[in-house]
Parts: sequence; C-alpha cells; structure tokens
Amino acid sequence: MRHVISVLIENEAGALSRVSGLFSARGYNIESLTVAPTEDVSLSRMTIISTGSDDIIEQITKQLNKLIEVVKVVDLSEAAHVERELMLIKVRATGKDREELKRVADIFRGRIIDVTDSTYVIELTGNTTKLDSFVGAIDASLILETVRTGVCGIGRGDRILRL
Amino acid sequence: MLLTGAEIVVRCLAEEKVEYVFGYPGGAVLYLYDELFKQDAVRHVLVRHEQAALHAADAYSRSTDRVGVALVTSGPGVTNAITGIATAYMDSIPMVIISGQVPTAAIGQDAFQECDTVGITRPCVKHNFLVKDAKDIASTIKKAFYIAKTGRPGPVLVDIPKDITIAKAEYEYPKSVTMRSYNPIIKGHQGQIKKAVQLLLDAKRPMIYAGGGVILSDCSEQLTKLVRTLGAPCTNTLMGLGAYPATDRQFVGMLGMHGNYEANMAMQYCDVLIAVGARFDDRVIGNPADFARIARKIIHIDIDPSSISKRVKVDVPIVGNLPDVLDDILRLLDGSADRPDQEALGEWWKQIEEWRRRDCLKYKQSDEIIKPQFVIEKLWEVTKGDAFVTSDVGQHQMWAAQYYKFDKPRRWLNSGGLGTMGVGIPYGIGVQLAHPGSPVAVVTGEGSVQMNIQELSTCKQYRIPLKICSLNNRYLGMVRQWQEIIHGNRYSESYMDSLPDFPKLAEAYGHVGMRIEKPGDVEGALREAFKRKNDLVFLDFQVDQTENVYPMVMGGKGLTDMILSSEDL
Ligand SMILES: Cc1cc2nc3c(=O)[nH]c(=O)nc-3n(C[C@H](O)[C@H](O)[C@H](O)COP(=O)(O)OP(=O)(O)OC[C@H]3O[C@@H](n4cnc5c(N)ncnc54)[C@H](O)[C@@H]3O)c2cc1C
Ligand SMILES: Cc1ncc(C[n+]2csc(CCOP(=O)(O)OP(=O)(O)O)c2C)c(N)n1
Ligand SMILES: [Mg+2]
Repeated sequence: MRHVISVLIENEAGALSRVSGLFSARGYNIESLTVAPTEDVSLSRMTIISTGSDDIIEQITKQLNKLIEVVKVVDLSEAAHVERELMLIKVRATGKDREELKRVADIFRGRIIDVTDSTYVIELTGNTTKLDSFVGAIDASLILETVRTGVCGIGRGDRILRL
Repeated sequence: MLLTGAEIVVRCLAEEKVEYVFGYPGGAVLYLYDELFKQDAVRHVLVRHEQAALHAADAYSRSTDRVGVALVTSGPGVTNAITGIATAYMDSIPMVIISGQVPTAAIGQDAFQECDTVGITRPCVKHNFLVKDAKDIASTIKKAFYIAKTGRPGPVLVDIPKDITIAKAEYEYPKSVTMRSYNPIIKGHQGQIKKAVQLLLDAKRPMIYAGGGVILSDCSEQLTKLVRTLGAPCTNTLMGLGAYPATDRQFVGMLGMHGNYEANMAMQYCDVLIAVGARFDDRVIGNPADFARIARKIIHIDIDPSSISKRVKVDVPIVGNLPDVLDDILRLLDGSADRPDQEALGEWWKQIEEWRRRDCLKYKQSDEIIKPQFVIEKLWEVTKGDAFVTSDVGQHQMWAAQYYKFDKPRRWLNSGGLGTMGVGIPYGIGVQLAHPGSPVAVVTGEGSVQMNIQELSTCKQYRIPLKICSLNNRYLGMVRQWQEIIHGNRYSESYMDSLPDFPKLAEAYGHVGMRIEKPGDVEGALREAFKRKNDLVFLDFQVDQTENVYPMVMGGKGLTDMILSSEDL
C-alpha cells in the first residue's frame, strides 16, 4: 500500500541524510521525498511517499521516530488529506503542435511559463495521477525534459502537524 | 571562563565523572591529549589498536551502570574504531566516543587523515555530532552523555575538528538537557499494564523471557520478584544471562539457536509469554512462521517501540522503562485478589521437568582429551560462579553461556548482536579496570584471540591480571561445525594452521603462559591461575578438535526442531 508520511525534523545539517540513510539501510521503499524549512525555520518538514505492507509502514514510522532529530511523524494517508506535486515539463512546440499543447495544458489547468519559437515550458500542479495523465496525454516524442518535485501533503481540516 | 576547546572537552569529561578514557593519540587530537596530560581527574588508557579502545570502553559500561568513553584520532583512528562502535550499537551499550577531525577549513578537501566520520558512523551510532564552534562543545558533550544513557542506550559520537580544540570559548557545563525532539518514554501505559497483569494471572502455562534490557536497566531484582510471584519458568537470552539467577530452579536456561531444550519447548508451548527487555532476535525464535504456529498471548515490554512487533506480532505491547513498568506490574499483582492457578502451574511444571530430564547439556566426558564444556564447568567451580566472564565469538562463547551459571547481572560480557571476534581481551581490560581486584576470566578461542592479541601489551602496562582461557581446538570451530553439518564436512578455510605457541607468546609480553593437555590437569591449572592474583595467565587448553555445540536449531527451522547431539545428525 502507498503511504504519505509527514515528518517534522530539526532543520540541521545532516538530518536529511539520516532519513534517507534509514530507508536505504533497512531496505524500505521510497518513491519520493520532499523537504524544506517550515514557517519556523528551525524545523523542516518532509513528505515521504513509501509503499509497503502495514508491518513495514509501522516499522518505518517507528524507526523515523527513533531518529534523535525527528520531532513528529504522521502517516497522512491514514485519514483525509491533500497531496500536490509540481511538474515542469519542456516540450517541443512547433507548427500545429503549439496549439494542441496549449489546449491540453489548459484542460489540465497547466500554465506555460516559458516560450521560445520551438519550445514551451509548462508548469503543472496536482496529485501524482494528474501529472501522470498529463504526460500520457501529450505525444511522447514531443517531451524534451521533465522535472517533478515529488509529493507534498497536508491533512484536511483540523488535522494539524506542528509542535 | 574562557577556555580552549581541548580544555573544555576534558573539563566536561571530568564533570561527567569519567574515570577512564580508552584511546589512542594522533594528529587531530594532539591538543586534547595535551590537556589530558595536564590533569589527573580523568585517566587515559593507551590501547594498542583503536578497536580495542572501543571494546574496553564498551566493557567498562557493560560491567557497571556507567557510560564508557573512548577517544580516537581522525581518519584511520575512526575507521579502526568502527567495529567497536557497531558492536556496542548492536547490543545497546551506552558510550560516548570523541573523535578528532581535520580542521574545519580542510573538511571536504580530501585532507590528510580526513574521513567523513559523521557519515561513516551514522548507521552504527545512536546519534552523532560534528562540532563546528568551540562554544557548542560543552552542550554537545552533555547531550551526548544524555542520549547515550537514556531511552534505549547506545553509542554517541562527537566529532571535533582540530581548530575547534584550539579555539577559545566561554565555558559552563549545562546542568540539564532538554530536547524537543528526544523524550524517551518512562512510564508504561496503565491500561496495557492492567491487561498484562490479568493475562499473567489467568495464564495456565506462563513463560517469562528476559533479555539484555533487564541488565541494561538494572532491574534483575524486580524481574526475580515477578518470576517468583508468578511461579513461572524464566529463560534468559544470551544478552540477558545473569538477569535471573541461573542456579534457581525456575530458570530453564538460555533459549534460542543454542538454547536449552526445556527453554525452547516452553517458549513454544506456553499460553502467555511475557518478553522483558528482549527483542525476539532471529537467533532466538527460529523460523518466525513456525514460532507463530501455536497461539499464545504475548506481552512485550520494551523502551524502544521499534523492538515491538518487528519479527513477532504481540498482543499487549508496553512501551516504557523496565524498572518503572515492572514496579507497576508488581504493585498490581500484589494488590490483586486473584492468584496464579496453582493446579495449572503444577501441570506446567510437570511438563517442564519432563523436558528438563532430557538433560540437553550432557556431553561425553573423556579421560584422554579435554572437552571444552568441561573446562567451563571447572571454571565455574573454581571461581565459585562469581567471576566476571568475558567471551569472544564462536563455539567457546556458546559453551561459556551454557555451562557457566551466572547468578548476577553484568557478570557476563559478550558480543551478541554483531558477534565480533576479538572482543575477549579488550572486554577483559574494561571490566578489570572497572572492578579492580575481582577475578576476570576471558573465554576465547585460538581464532578470536588473535584478532586483538596485541592488547596483551596493554594488559602488561596497566597490570591487568586477566585469566585467559583459550579453548584451543585448532579450528574456527563455529564455522567448522556448520561446514560439518551443512556443507558435507568440507572444511573450507576453517583450520587454524601455523598457530603461535600461545604460552610463549604470553611470556613474550611479560605474562604467564600454561599449556593444558589432559583433562586431569584442568582444575589444577585453573586453581593455580586464579591464585596468581596479580598475573595475567594465558591458559592454552588443547581441547577436542571436533566437539560441536548442542542443542542446535538450524537456520530456517522451528525453535523446537533441535539437534540434541551428533546422534541426531
Ligand atoms: C554465535 C552466536 C550465537 C548466538 N546464539 C544465541 C542463542 O542461542 N540464544 C540467544 O538468546 N542469543 C544468541 N545470540 C545472540 C543474538 O544474536 C542476540 O544478540 C540476542 O539474542 C539479543 O538479546 P536480547 O533479545 O536480550 O536483546 P538485546 O540486544 O540485549 O536488546 C535489549 C532490548 O531491551 C530493550 N531495552 C533496553 N533498555 C531498556 C529499558 N530501560 N527498558 C525497557 N527496555 C529496554 C532494548 O530496546 C532492546 O530491545 C547469538 C550470538 C552469536 C554471536
Ligand atoms: C570479526 C569476525 N569475523 C568472522 C566471524 C565469523 N565467525 C564466527 S565464529 C568464528 C570462529 C571462531 O573461532 P575461534 O575463536 O577459534 O572459536 P571456536 O568457534 O573455535 O570456539 C568465525 C570465523 C566473526 N564472528 N567475527
Ligand atoms: Mg577455535
């Protein structure tokens, strides 16, 4: 099962490598990991997407909690939450493709943020499936490069992760 | 007060009442050594290899309730120390390691004797720090000691660049530590504890499985009380030996791969199992699917939530500090109107006694050739069961665990989790320094002892009168045993050729050496050795070369699928 794990961690040098080292050392899956400081710059917040059986996910949260610099761990996917990911995708945009790409981008509520006479850079946010669908919806031969941030997530309503 | 970084480090150690620092000097720690030279609150023990410094500090900790301290230089000093750090980590031993680092400005430049110490040690420490400012030294060292000894204990490393040891900073040792990200749980969940007590009182076939956590948190007394109150059998893991007195009738021996028949059977066939500071290691439960085959209720007390339900699903998890949780359990038991079901207990013990009659530790004595088990039995007799015993890794380790009946905690020191050959002598050093005047035996093999044999020199310098009992079978016996049983007697690289003359080697280091070849001479040699209170004596016992350790549960097999003797092969 796919899980979205949120981690509040001391914003200190090396903290990230403790988390990534934990996943590789114990053979846990990691699909994506995003991290940045929070409004309180002494804390960073990570979102980790991982897959595994319930037992493995239980161990992952326990092991994360065991790291000295980790302040809090929550499995967001246990309840209602939202997920977003940002993608920048550079496509070859010439001739009739220019119109078509613009049209598809609009359908997905993407924005073209860089234009040359032969390329577009399209910015798209959404959950992972939406980004995947967009990539699937355009002609693969037109894609020059893509870059994705990985998922970040937050609980809905009163579910709050803070100190 | 304005002090140099090096001065601050040494002051902090004195503040923590560190008696001994085990270490080895080098360029990056010269200023630290200079400060050690100028004072006498903290004594330094110069080992002959950094690995031994770590093991000695580790043993100092294992045999007391203190934090062991080691000091090594950057680069090779640290890499030599890794085995020792990992050994302590696997057995949850509280230690603080101070390592030198190249100057801050040189970090990342492939400087002379640079290595990424924080990176290279990360997977085998509880936590580590790189100090980048002299004003952070005191608070970092304070934190290091705090983290090492609270919660699930473990080694903590503090890496200090050379320029930081020269820089000056205002010194004040913090009185306390608070960390928002680290708050080990002390009290157990009261509802869970109540549930556990009821299960224990209702049990027909209760079983107590106690491990290293009892030793680490010094709660043998509470454990013993629990076992007596419940009238249940108790087993100890390899790390838990001494937690419950081995000569007591309710003790059913060690369990696991080389555990007693009755202990393994009781683990499997009990109806309520309580795990007390033991982590269901793979060498302990055998095949997990087979272990789960029989339904029983499992209660698990551990301070580390990740130890719980890792390999074995439990019914009543209790996260907390053992002494606190055991106190709560004992109080509830005392206050309860219910008593254990004596009739059911009687039946259970009848069954256990029947298993016990298999006498799984019996072996064929010989008049000609020394049986290794016999040496340990005699060692136990001669020392009246009251010595500190350290062990290396191999068959001799298992025989020491099986035949030396430990009645007290912190008397048995060995590497269980990592299984590090070479710990024996350095462990002896740490123990002897912590307990001057007490008898210390090192049970070792001709293979293991060569992994840190250079420490005989340290023993000479610091007058450490170990009694080294080498069960010399001219084989890497544990490896040979597996090769005999699993690999069709193909003894690939397990014969120890070209062995030195150990007694002479001991003499060359300035000690006493003895070679013992006949069973009839074993006891006399041991008595003579222990009479020489001030001498290190190396006893080279020429033992049966092909003796095996039994019982044995082969990898992948269920816990009760035991080979009891060579006749079962
Ligand atoms: C050659 C060889 C053969 C071996 N064969 C066997 C064998 O037959 N049988 C056997 O038992 N072992 C054997 N071992 C050892 C085995 O590998 C493990 O090291 C050992 O079983 C672990 O012991 P333990 O479960 O007591 O845990 P430990 O490693 O001692 O861990 C202690 C547990 O207690 C917890 N704890 C610590 N402090 C507290 C506290 N204050 N409060 C609550 N909980 C606390 C910790 O979190 C941890 O989970 C063998 C090793 C070797 C090298
Ligand atoms: C550092 C290290 N290397 C290898 C091993 C694997 N190993 C486990 S037991 C053993 C043999 C030990 O031989 P010896 O010390 O003579 O003890 P014996 O088994 O013969 O009693 C070996 C090689 C280990 N545990 N540690
Ligand atoms: Mg041997």
